[in-house]
Amino acid sequence: MDFLRATTWTEALRMKADRPDATPLQGGTDVMVEINLDKGRPKALLDLTPVTELTEWSIHDDTVRIGAGVTYTRIIAELADRLPGLAQASRTVGSPQIRNRGTVAGNLGAASPAGDSHPPLLATGATVEAESVDGTRMIPIGDFYTGVKRNALAANELIRAIHVPVKTGPQYFSKIGTRNAMVIAVCSFGLALNVAERTVGTGIGSAAPTPRRAFEAETFLAENLDWSFENELDPVVTKRFGELVAAAAAPIDDVRGSRDYRVHALAVMARRTLGWAWQERVNGGNS
Amino acid sequence: MRVNVTVNGTPMIADDVWPGESLLYVLRERLGLPGSKNACEQGECGSCTVYLDDVPVCACLVAAGQAEGREVLTVEGLASAEGGLDPVQAAFVECGAVQCGFCTPGLIVQAHSLLAQHDGVPADVEIREHLAGNLCRCTGYEKILDAVRLAASRKAGS
Ligand SMILES: Cc1cc2nc3c(=O)[nH]c(=O)nc-3n(C[C@H](O)[C@H](O)[C@H](O)COP(=O)(O)OP(=O)(O)OC[C@H]3O[C@@H](n4cnc5c(N)ncnc54)[C@H](O)[C@@H]3O)c2cc1C
Ligand code: FES
Ligand code: FES
Repeated sequence: MDFLRATTWTEALRMKADRPDATPLQGGTDVMVEINLDKGRPKALLDLTPVTELTEWSIHDDTVRIGAGVTYTRIIAELADRLPGLAQASRTVGSPQIRNRGTVAGNLGAASPAGDSHPPLLATGATVEAESVDGTRMIPIGDFYTGVKRNALAANELIRAIHVPVKTGPQYFSKIGTRNAMVIAVCSFGLALNVAERTVGTGIGSAAPTPRRAFEAETFLAENLDWSFENELDPVVTKRFGELVAAAAAPIDDVRGSRDYRVHALAVMARRTLGWAWQERVNGGNS
Repeated sequence: MRVNVTVNGTPMIADDVWPGESLLYVLRERLGLPGSKNACEQGECGSCTVYLDDVPVCACLVAAGQAEGREVLTVEGLASAEGGLDPVQAAFVECGAVQCGFCTPGLIVQAHSLLAQHDGVPADVEIREHLAGNLCRCTGYEKILDAVRLAASRKAGS
């Protein structure tokens, strides 16, 4: 095994071009577990942590560009007001020590269906900025997940940043697990309401081969939600929304939960997050 | 490969490091610092917690090469050079927060980081949240919480 240490982004891209078989290494919270437990031996590790450009975030045109090296801890501390959905999901990742190292880029690189950043990224319509020596590609998040633990990155590409729109309404994330810390999601759900445009975003985690949106549920809610938020939240709308979210999933039975349980839980989480979002508006949310 | 890293204030060199090796292995097996414990090697137990440039991390999930040129503070570095215990260590001893002691170094470092970012006495939920990545199979955690509260109240009072 070789250890490649990139000190600048240009150098990282060149190293990845020369060694497409190298495994990028950011926080290491996925990569090192695999090596320690001998589940896979990369030919080479490409350490990106010395690349300081990656540890920055910035805002352009109401979109936050999160560098690939920004940790969950920093998203929680620095971006919770602009990206509440992603910040809520970040709070549920592992433990403080894991959040101090782990990154959204690493979550995307691993592309586990259970990764917690995926539902809010799907719900908000994020974009992955991938780069190689050949240039930059902006990959819509819905096209990024291509299979179980597979993504759309080419062998010479690295994730430079993730672009996430600043909130345009309430955003909520919910996750089912056996305890509050240190759990891989049994299933999870993210909701984002765009109040100005009256559109709805959703993201389902851990209930299909890839994270996915619930398109029919989004359309239904956009058409049937009382966007004035003046009356009570209609229980018929809430119930139907939950059913449509559950219907969009294709879960399996596994050690963490049964198929039936996941379908049930998704409907509950969909109703619950919608209730929270509604409450935020009623309580004078100015978003 | 060779790794240059400053540990507990002292520049150190580790040679013949395998590229997939963890910082934890380097500390314990190459630099003679067995304070940080190896229990799970998958980030689950926190017994390997050390500071890496002032941020508490699981040393088992840091590749040794990622520590190149950086500063590590382990449980061995918390006590004063004369051997006086850090207030968190003293409180663990006084409260009986140590049984087999395997989880203790990681808990001490992680609790130390909580008090470093806190002026007063943290609420119990904050302590629990902060220590959620540190497992203890012996104490049932109550005396660990007592110790953190004691250390925090002494710090706040001083
Ligand atoms: C104890 C523990 C608890 C955990 N709990 C959770 C949890 O609750 N929720 C959750 O979602 N995850 C969890 N994880 C998994 C892991 O922490 C996350 O997936 C995290 O986001 C990975 O980020 P990282 O920076 O550590 O990635 P790394 O381990 O460095 O990399 C992960 C993958 O991404 C690739 N990669 C990294 N950076 C780039 C880049 N810039 N370009 C291209 N590819 C890249 C790597 O090659 C690798 O394939 C947990 C892990 C542990 C050890
Ligand atoms: S040994 Fe590192 S977390 Fe358990
Ligand atoms: S004292 Fe034995 S594991 Fe905590």
